[in-house]
Amino acid sequence: MQQTQDLIFKALSDPSRRAIFERLCRDGDQTVRVLTAGSGISQPAVSKHLGILKRAGLVRDRPEGRQTHYSVALDALAPLDDWTVRMKRFWQGRFDDLDDLLRRMDQ
Amino acid sequence: MTGTLPETRTVVVERDFAHPPEKLWRALSEPHLIAEWLMGNDFRPEIGHRFNLQGDWGGAIDCEVIAVEPGRTLSYSWNHVHDDPDYDLTSVVAFTLTPTPAGTRLRMEQSGFRPGQKRAYGGARAGWPRFLDRLDQLLVRTG
Repeated sequence: MQQTQDLIFKALSDPSRRAIFERLCRDGDQTVRVLTAGSGISQPAVSKHLGILKRAGLVRDRPEGRQTHYSVALDALAPLDDWTVRMKRFWQGRFDDLDDLLRRMDQ
Repeated sequence: MTGTLPETRTVVVERDFAHPPEKLWRALSEPHLIAEWLMGNDFRPEIGHRFNLQGDWGGAIDCEVIAVEPGRTLSYSWNHVHDDPDYDLTSVVAFTLTPTPAGTRLRMEQSGFRPGQKRAYGGARAGWPRFLDRLDQLLVRTG
């Protein structure tokens, strides 16, 4: 689970990749060519970003004729969306602040 | 994101603090101290007392004190009513303090209930932009 999360976080930590991913979320199935148009980056760069998103399980590809179509993998973010994961992070953060507070209470 | 989710889930976070239980108890039970590490609140350590925890997102968590044993245990309900099932939550938070040679072990156990749901394709897609906003915040916090 942790490894999957790290892959997802890494994949989405890049603004260009996040833009591509958000566009696929918004517009649905797209080809590399369509994704490149108006993106401000080259087609090989878009392909590379898509490869990273694919390895993180965030997008799927589907060849159709000479084009490859990309779409979001709808269950990809499920590992991050898990309530227990979110709450655990929340409480760990709170406990950090609690520790800070306890130190300050000594003074 | 299809299928029915498990109905109850439990999160346990435990940590050893280099401070005595009495001090931990103050941090857990005095409103101005709770505000320092958790959230703004109108807490009182009385069973049945209803209070709110004010989230930094503008919303509030509805709570009711379930158990108070000074220096040892504290538990309250932790409910958040929301139209979005991802945020809708009925749960109980229980803190347990155990003295250790070096201080105190604090255990937080949150048992939650979230209604099982089937997510339609459209619904999942509509939920993603909001999820990405949350992810952004998470990346900022963990970055």
